[in-house]
Parts: sequence; structure tokens; C-alpha cells
Amino acid sequence: MLERLREPWTDRRAERVLGALACLVLLIIIFMIVFVAIRAWPSFRENGLSWFSAKGNVDAQLSRMVNSGANPTKADYRIGVWPLLYATILTTVMATALGLVFSLLSAIFIVEFAPEGIRRLIVPIVRLLAAVPSVIYGLIGILVLTPFVGNHLISPGRKKSVEFVIQLSGTSLLVAVVVLTIMITPIMIAITVDGLYAIPRSWKEGAVALGVNRWRAMWTVTVRAARPAIMAGAVLATARALGEAIMISMVSGSKGFAPNPADGLTFIFEPIKTLASNIVENSESINAPAMQATLYAMALLLLVGGFVLSLASWIAKQPLKKYGTRA
Amino acid sequence: MATSTRPPALPPLQRSGPQAPRRRRANESISTWRWTDRIGYVLMWAAGLLVCAIGLSIVGYMMFRGIQYLRPSLIFSHPQAELDQSKTGGFLDPLLGTVLLTIIGIVIAVPVAVGAATWIVEYGRPSWLARLVDSGIEIIAGTPDIVIALFGLVLFQQGIFGWMSFTAQGGAVFGRSFLTAGCMMSLIAMPMVFAATREGLQAVPGHVREASYALGKTKAATIRRVLLPSVKANISTGAALGMGRIAGDTAIVVVLLGATLTLDSEGSVPGLKVLKGTGGTLTSYVYNNSPAGEGNAPEKAYAAAFVLLLIVVALNFAVDLIARSGAKTGLETSRLGAK
Repeated sequence: MLERLREPWTDRRAERVLGALACLVLLIIIFMIVFVAIRAWPSFRENGLSWFSAKGNVDAQLSRMVNSGANPTKADYRIGVWPLLYATILTTVMATALGLVFSLLSAIFIVEFAPEGIRRLIVPIVRLLAAVPSVIYGLIGILVLTPFVGNHLISPGRKKSVEFVIQLSGTSLLVAVVVLTIMITPIMIAITVDGLYAIPRSWKEGAVALGVNRWRAMWTVTVRAARPAIMAGAVLATARALGEAIMISMVSGSKGFAPNPADGLTFIFEPIKTLASNIVENSESINAPAMQATLYAMALLLLVGGFVLSLASWIAKQPLKKYGTRA
Repeated sequence: MATSTRPPALPPLQRSGPQAPRRRRANESISTWRWTDRIGYVLMWAAGLLVCAIGLSIVGYMMFRGIQYLRPSLIFSHPQAELDQSKTGGFLDPLLGTVLLTIIGIVIAVPVAVGAATWIVEYGRPSWLARLVDSGIEIIAGTPDIVIALFGLVLFQQGIFGWMSFTAQGGAVFGRSFLTAGCMMSLIAMPMVFAATREGLQAVPGHVREASYALGKTKAATIRRVLLPSVKANISTGAALGMGRIAGDTAIVVVLLGATLTLDSEGSVPGLKVLKGTGGTLTSYVYNNSPAGEGNAPEKAYAAAFVLLLIVVALNFAVDLIARSGAKTGLETSRLGAK
């Protein structure tokens, strides 16, 4: 057997082996969808479309599942994930919107305006921020930002005003969004910088030659032409934000509570719980059948969300082919 | 690479004077800009400096806390489950867990990713299949790690994977072990190795292949003897990035490795018993020792996080070194490396 492996491979054999490895990737994806969907099915079957709706206290429903034992009844499966879904959408959209602004401005800075000394500093910093594990961001969030927000930004009066509904301790939407933004911005900067570099310099130089200042030339020519790359970066960052579990579970307070924008400023100090962080927190009781089906249903939702974002990023990148550049 | 992004060099005539007139005007002209442009310019500087400040403060803070709390005894002693914080020991086991898991993950990821990338660039027929595999990798890259973890749990709880983890009496497969977690970790690292390898292969000029064919080499021999050696730097870059991702991942460890304090062996075969057993990594140690977990020992969480950060930074430094040595062969790497 080993003798045969050592002799030179024929072309046909090499193609088959390499092709099989490539197809393994597709197989994994198909398996992923099928297995997760099979385990998720009971939760959808018992709840129907109202699975997505709000049905009162999510945390109570989840703890009931933990205690439901090996043969859960229909009532044990009952869940309305809207508060978690809402928190997921809220954090993702807010972090991506903030990150988009920051990453675009910083990318322009890095590509065009930064003095050489600062550029030499900022490029490694961006790379480092992109590589820092999420649990470290979570640690800083929970040990530094959360106490700061709880002690200094939330006034006692504000805490008192909602104390019958929810405890404001600092673990909040605000901290989650801020840390999430810091996490995803480096990815967006990296992709945006690559996109801006890929635009031919002569286009911008043409604008400058016509008497436009450097900022305006950058903004109206290069950034506009690099829009697909910027969008692709934003979509990729959204996917990362959507699936972030550990960091959010550390800093968000882990309460299945849907913050209400009508509360004014209190809104951003309210605790939340996202789909992904909920999965991590309940992963210990995953052997309870009702909990298992529910967690897999949430995972399926995240999986589908990831698919949609991959598709969106592919669509966003299409115009790039026109210029013969790559994102 | 950075120098090429500066404004084009001035013609020699103007550079002769100590102050080139055109250059000075470009610097002073901000005061003549429209106010919208000026606001944008200021905001851009603010954003750039903010990124610097955030990055430096995170690194500085972690270094401060790490040096404050890290003791050699923490690294070299086994953790203990004790209520008294002075007796809970160090994080030798999580550290070994991180190393072991990273190695397992990358050993699985590299062959698959390199094989798939080579197939796509060098063969890629039928083309619809190649496109499908390409988008498949992107989908895996965009899948949240927690979903991959849950998928791993259901996959490895199937009976045929019983040899990879603890099997209870009656045939229920536990599904949590270093082997199963390593397999799923390889999915996290694979997109990076794949992208780096494909980029490298695409950058190899066509005449290199043609020269090899002209010498009578088969395509398979060309790939093995010419192409793969020439993209070695790219593969290493991708692998180092992927290892950084694996070392920093927590969700898969929590769900699929058990996130226990010590490395718990399973079975009696030496070597395999550790791989079949559960354990924890630095990430799960940090998570469990933070106020969010049960341990609640921030000092140890900081110390472990500092070690973790050092590992990740070292891997990124390795990427830089590889990229610099790879530059000699004329292969291009991404400007910011991160993808």
C-alpha cells in the first residue's frame, strides 16, 4: 500500500484525489445543513411560525426546557425567540453601521493621508486588532468597560426608574455594540484598504489634475469606485458580528430582554441576549431534548443568515470584475 | 509596498531645492478647501488616531495586567478545582490543550485546503463544480463558529465516529474530545489556508508550468515538484493565520471539547487516550475564570489572556516573517494580511 503511494502519481489520479478533497468541502456543507436541520425540526414542528414571535419571558421558557426531562411535552417546546432575534439584529446592525463609518475613514487615512510614521504604526495595530481572540475582547469588556458603564454612565436615578422591570448593572447593549464594533472594524479596514489600493491611481490623479483637492478626489473617485469592495467588507463583518457568541455572552448581561427604543437613553443600557450567546450559555444542558431542538433551531437560523450574507457578499463583489480587480 | 502608496515622486528638477514649491502648497491647501471637505478630513484623522489609540490601549492594558499577574508558577502548575483561589493552581493544562488543539486542527486543515486550492487552480473542471467549491469555502468562512460547534456535536455523536470520543454503556456517543474539536477547528482554519494557497498558485506565471511540461513532466509531477514548493510561503502564511484563529476560538472549545479545567484522558491506549479525552484551552480558561464563568478569578484570567495574546501575536509575527522571505520569490501577499 505504502509502496503504491510512493510511486509518482498519474495525472488522472492526482486530479481525482485533489477533486475529491475539493468536493469534501461541499459534502461538509450539505452535512451541516442536513444534520442541524434534522435536530432543529422538533422545535419548529411544535411551534410553527410563532417560533419567531415574542411569547413572553424567553429565559423562563428556556429553563423550563432544561427541567423538562427526556420526554418533553408540546408545552415544553414552547418558545418565542423574538427577543433574542431582535437583540441579534440590533447589535449586528448597530455595530456594522458604526464600523462602516470608522473603517472607511481609517482606510482612507491609511491609504492616502497618513504620514509615514503613523502608517507604520497603524497597519500593525489593525492587523493585531483583527487577530485578538474574541474572549480577550470579552474579558476587557466585562472587567473594564462594564464596571465603568455601570458606575459612571448610568445614574442611580436611571437605575431606580426601571428597577421593577430590569436591573441595570452595566452589562448592556452599549458595551456589546462598542466591543463588537472594535472587533469587526479591523476586518472591514483590511478589506477596504485592499479595495482602495486596487483602484488605478491614474483615476484619482486625473481628478486632481482637474483641480479637485485630494480629499474630494479620494472621496468622489476612489471611494466611489471601491464601493463594491467596501460593501463586501461590510457584509463579511456583519457575518462575524452575527455569529459572535463568547464576547456577547460575557458583556451583554444574558437576559432575554428586548430593549425598547422608546425608553430613550435607558435603551442602550439595557441587558440583552443574542441567539449565538444563548447557544453558548445553554450548551451545558444540550442533552435535554427540548433544549437541544431549540438550540439547533437557533443555529439553523444563524446558518441561514450566514448563507444569505455570503450570497450578498458575492453579489456585492460582482461589479469588481468589471475593473479586473479583486476584493 | 508602503512607499508605493505615497504621492508620486516629484520630478528631479523640483526636488533640487530644499523646499519643493508644489509639495508645500499641497500641505497648506486645507485652509482653502470647502468646509464639507475639511470636516471629512478632520474626521478621518480622528478615526485614524482613534484606531491607533484603541489598539495601543488594549495592548498596553493587557501587557500591564499580564506582567502584573503572570508568574512562572502559573504556567507550570496544573489547575485544581478549589474554592480557595490561592489553591487553584496555574494553567498548564489549558496551555497544552491550546497547543494540542491547534496542531490537530492545522494538520487536518492544510492538506484539505491545499488540495482543494490546487484542484481549483490547476484542474478546475467541470467549471461549475469549481465555482461551487469556491463559494462553498466562502460559506464555511462565513459560518459562525458556534454553528460549526453544534454541527460537530451532532456529526460526531453518530455511531460511526464512536472511536473518536467517549462512548457510554449502551452506545450513546459523547462526541466531545480533542479529535472531534480538532476536526471542527480545521474548518475554521481551512478558508485562510485555501485563500492563501490559491492566491499563490494564481500568481505563479504560466511559463513556469510550461517549462516544466516542456521537460516532459506530467501535470501531477509539476504540481508536486514545481508549484507546491513555489507557494510554500503562501501556505505557511495561511497556516499561521489559521492557527491564530484556532488558538483564539472559544465557542468550539466550550461546546465540543468540554472546556474542562484539566486534560481528562479517555481509554487506555497511550497517546490516543489524550486525543479521545476532553480538556480545555486558554480561551475556555479565560472564559471560565472571568466574572461570566464559575471560576471568577480575574487575575488568572488576565494572566492566561496575556499568554494567549502572546501566542496570537507570535503567530502574526510569523506571518510577517514568512511574507518577507516570500517576497524574495516575487510572490505577492495581501497588504494587510488579514482577510
